[in-house]
Amino acid sequence: MEYEETTQEASGVGRILAWLGRFVLAILIPLIAFAVLYAGFIFLRDSNAPKWLIALIAIIWGVGGVALLYWVFNGLVERLPDQWTSRLQPFVFVGPAVAILFAYLLLPSVRTLWLSLLDRDGTEFVGFQNYVDLFSERLLQEAIRNNILWIVFGSTFSVVSGLLIAVLADRSRFERVSKSFIFLPMAISFVGASVIWNFIYEVRPVELPQIGLLNAILVGLGGDPKSWYAWVDIAPWNNLFLIVIVIWLQTGFAMVLFSAALKGIPEELLEAGRVDGATEVQIFFRIMIPYIRGTIITVWTTIVIFTLKIFDVVWVMTGGQFGTHVIATQFYRQAFTARNSGIGSAIAIILLVAVIPVLIYNLRQFREQEAF
Amino acid sequence: MTRQRWTGALLVNGALFLLVLLWTIPTLGIFISSFRDRFDIQTSGWWTVFPHREWETVAVVDPNEIPDLDRQGVMEFEGVTGTFEELRAGIESGDVRVQWVGNRRLGRVEVQKQVWTVNLDFTLDNYQQVIGGKDFEIVDEEGNVEVIPGDDMSNAFLNSLAVAVPSTIIPILIAAFAAYAFAWMNFPGRRILFIIVVGLLVVPLQIALVPVLDVYGDLELNGTFLAIWLAHTGFGLALATYLLFNYIATLPRETLESAFIDGASHFTVFTRLVLPLSVPALASFAIFQFLWVWNDYLVALVFLGSNPEFEVVTQRLADITGSRGNDWHLLTAGAFVSMILPLIVFISLQRYFVRGLMAGSVKG
Repeated sequence: MEYEETTQEASGVGRILAWLGRFVLAILIPLIAFAVLYAGFIFLRDSNAPKWLIALIAIIWGVGGVALLYWVFNGLVERLPDQWTSRLQPFVFVGPAVAILFAYLLLPSVRTLWLSLLDRDGTEFVGFQNYVDLFSERLLQEAIRNNILWIVFGSTFSVVSGLLIAVLADRSRFERVSKSFIFLPMAISFVGASVIWNFIYEVRPVELPQIGLLNAILVGLGGDPKSWYAWVDIAPWNNLFLIVIVIWLQTGFAMVLFSAALKGIPEELLEAGRVDGATEVQIFFRIMIPYIRGTIITVWTTIVIFTLKIFDVVWVMTGGQFGTHVIATQFYRQAFTARNSGIGSAIAIILLVAVIPVLIYNLRQFREQEAF
Repeated sequence: MTRQRWTGALLVNGALFLLVLLWTIPTLGIFISSFRDRFDIQTSGWWTVFPHREWETVAVVDPNEIPDLDRQGVMEFEGVTGTFEELRAGIESGDVRVQWVGNRRLGRVEVQKQVWTVNLDFTLDNYQQVIGGKDFEIVDEEGNVEVIPGDDMSNAFLNSLAVAVPSTIIPILIAAFAAYAFAWMNFPGRRILFIIVVGLLVVPLQIALVPVLDVYGDLELNGTFLAIWLAHTGFGLALATYLLFNYIATLPRETLESAFIDGASHFTVFTRLVLPLSVPALASFAIFQFLWVWNDYLVALVFLGSNPEFEVVTQRLADITGSRGNDWHLLTAGAFVSMILPLIVFISLQRYFVRGLMAGSVKG
């Protein structure tokens, strides 16, 4: 019906005018919509209304605004002649997503690359000086060393313990409930996990009772209480006490994926192995591991990327003290605490470069898919 | 069942139980402590709520009442002999322990027996302090009144909700439209745009923080909800589009085509047909994104950090850790307040959560 309306409209000059009107509207409406959204937020920010009311209005305002935008835009495009509708409609659907991706990831990446070649205020071009500074000073060396520890120990132990638990649970009657317990930490924030583990590592003077579990055990065995992650004598191994937290969180993730993969192994294959007299250990290493190799690689890569960007745990637990800085905490410190946008951007670029192999791998995988 | 199989099952379940215990103890410690009195937390481990043996004083001997006591040499109390240093550390004999409490001249000697005991003094005070911001007054032995300020997290909780709900819905809405277009519409640039989406999947968000913050500064958007919604939308959109595309592209072609033949527009097909059919995928991503946003600390720190009024729970909790790191009664209860919603989502929607996680593990 909407189409009839538009096609029946007068011809000639009237038609051209209608066209013009539609295009002006098509540009004006989103601008107005954004302006209204924006004004609403500035108003909300400065208002004294009760907190919950602001939160509620904000939610309705934001979600409703975005939905309305699509509806209005689509309505406009559908009123155009059919040919134009089919030409423009895909962009109504895909346009906002692409625009946001450009605005929030692509263009900022380019800008960060440029900023990394400028000085601390972003005013003077300094070439690769920021990178030279980063690599020649102790600044980043320690962070990179720690990040390697994080990546190596964090991912290896998460994968190994995830696999171990998945295999054990697969043979147990208590599979569901035990998996739920291992998986539970996945719902906990890094900040929350930091509080939890800080409590485990809590240290008291020798003469007082220990309230941290680890020190209570140590003292019970006749040792002296230690301030675990602040134990600089064993640096850089004190980082392991922080890495444990990520293993605790990520094992559940690895376990769930491995568990699903293990269930995909055909029963006949395992049975054939058993008939041939293979022990359970041999079946594990010779049949199961090769069969779920793909999943292991995916999980490993995911946790490597994850630990590469690790920030919250270190920032909340130590703030980078005791030789525990990692790349992401140095980034935050340089970019936002020290307000050195040149060095900060250079660190961000290093993070990006580190994930490029995975990025290329993903693109190659995508190209191999015939689906698109 | 053969004996061998039986031991095998025992071994498997035993090992599994140990691992489950190991994984649960950290959370359990915080959970139990959050219900313990401030003083109890500081003076005894949380595990003392479980039955354990503790020395209890059954008799006290005043050394001053014993004539000719050689305080420098070997002394005898209740059939136990030892020097002051040994007595100070406590001497056990049979089921009795004799311990010197206090200094050499004025102290007393206690005779103790081991008894089974539990510390079951639980309280909701800690939660009142973190939810209501209630202050507590403590009168110490000398009559001085000490006020322990509470720490109101209810505000931060509301902020977290106001941040997380739209930051979950908006990217899903935008990504669903885009995924539909990629899957069912033909337009120039379709392939290259999708390749960009795939490429952006693993790009670390750190790369965007400085420039986006700059632009926000110019637009005076810093410290507003809009700022952080759009940021989370931007950082979550590539993954959302990719996941929803994978699902929407596999919807049955005949169903959609028959709708088009009946004269339905793309918009109608999308809202009436594709969205309802995609509920499992939408729910999976929604849970994944909700937990991600709720648990996020870095993005909130960068974009809301300038406005303490809009602090979210993770920021609040990190602040308490930093400024009052020894107030375990606040930290334990606060940690639980911050976890309660993700835990509810996790427990009630675990199946969707697992699916979302399996598909969404590549987020950058």
